[in-house]
Amino acid sequence: MPANHSVATLQARFGDAVRHAFVSCGDTVVVIAAARVHDALAWLKSTPGEQYDYLVDLTAVEYRDRERPLEVVYQLWSLERKVLLRLKVELPKDQELEVDTVTDLWAGADWLEREVWDMFGIRFRGHPDLRRILMWENYAEGHPLRKDFPLRGRFSRAEQTRQALSGDLEAHYSLEELAIKDVTP
Amino acid sequence: MDVKPDAATGVVTSSPNWLTTRLDFLVNWSRRNSLWPMPFGTACCAIEFMATAASRYDLARFGMERQAFSPRQSDVLICAGRLPFKLAPVIRKIWDQMAQPKWCISMGACASSGGIFDNYAMVQGIDTIVPVDVYVPGCPPRPEGLLYGILLLQKKIAGESVFDPTLRVEKLADSSGLFLEPATVDELSEPFGNSVHQTRSA
Repeated sequence: MPANHSVATLQARFGDAVRHAFVSCGDTVVVIAAARVHDALAWLKSTPGEQYDYLVDLTAVEYRDRERPLEVVYQLWSLERKVLLRLKVELPKDQELEVDTVTDLWAGADWLEREVWDMFGIRFRGHPDLRRILMWENYAEGHPLRKDFPLRGRFSRAEQTRQALSGDLEAHYSLEELAIKDVTP
Repeated sequence: MDVKPDAATGVVTSSPNWLTTRLDFLVNWSRRNSLWPMPFGTACCAIEFMATAASRYDLARFGMERQAFSPRQSDVLICAGRLPFKLAPVIRKIWDQMAQPKWCISMGACASSGGIFDNYAMVQGIDTIVPVDVYVPGCPPRPEGLLYGILLLQKKIAGESVFDPTLRVEKLADSSGLFLEPATVDELSEPFGNSVHQTRSA
């Protein structure tokens, strides 16, 4: 299957920031520099002929090979043109794990980015509310989907139970917390 | 009926007489035949619980006519499914809100022991959070299994006595914030089966 035409347009627009591109199982994957990913996504979303207006998923990958960088993955879909495109950002482990938020482009990226922060410890610059989402608020053992995280956690079971029970229920399940924010501008 | 433990030993020495055994019988008969369950369904065991409550297996035959989705009006907490640490304070709060007399059934392998989920997110047996009366094994248990557990609980209630001062005591968290000794929690949460081969630090 040939690569998506967006590879060529991205290379023309962003030049060296497009590190490499390949086709995997019929899907086009573009690896792009972390500094330019927000620009690229904004451009892909709004440019006629690209129109990737739907963020299917935002997630991260850590490979078994410890030398390989972490990857943040953006899966895009064009509702208009019915085309998939996958963008990846590589974040070397010896540097700050940080990338620009895309919540200004897709409001739906809010919880996805919170999940990536919770599970992998990747920060999203400019995120309006970067808190844990799956693990509880006072969770202190780190980010569980990292390869260096032991399966049973870092603390003893008694300590885990104690910390879980010491959580303040009212703070996280209060009516204020559950209330849906007014989304009208 | 003035029940006082012996000052030296702390043991209740007065023996149950004819009147109190008849009273026990009456109280236990009424309690065990109108157990209102508080379903705490978190996973696939809850599906089996629903099947148990529905017409084919008909939980109502055993006095569980009404599912009390309010802790204040329920008698038996049925934890159906695995309990993540995030839900531990929730089930504890529900248990604390339930009025005495109250009992607890741990339904399924995960609620009883953590089951296959021997990982960072899962409570290794709800008995580290709330006291459990009956454990129902299975993954998930069939409705017959749950019914058998309920019958066992009814049998247990039939054996209770007003003379036992320990039965209705609320166990509160100690200074460490736990309801059991930390060593006990660790012991109950020990890995077993296949999970002993998994790696662990700390």
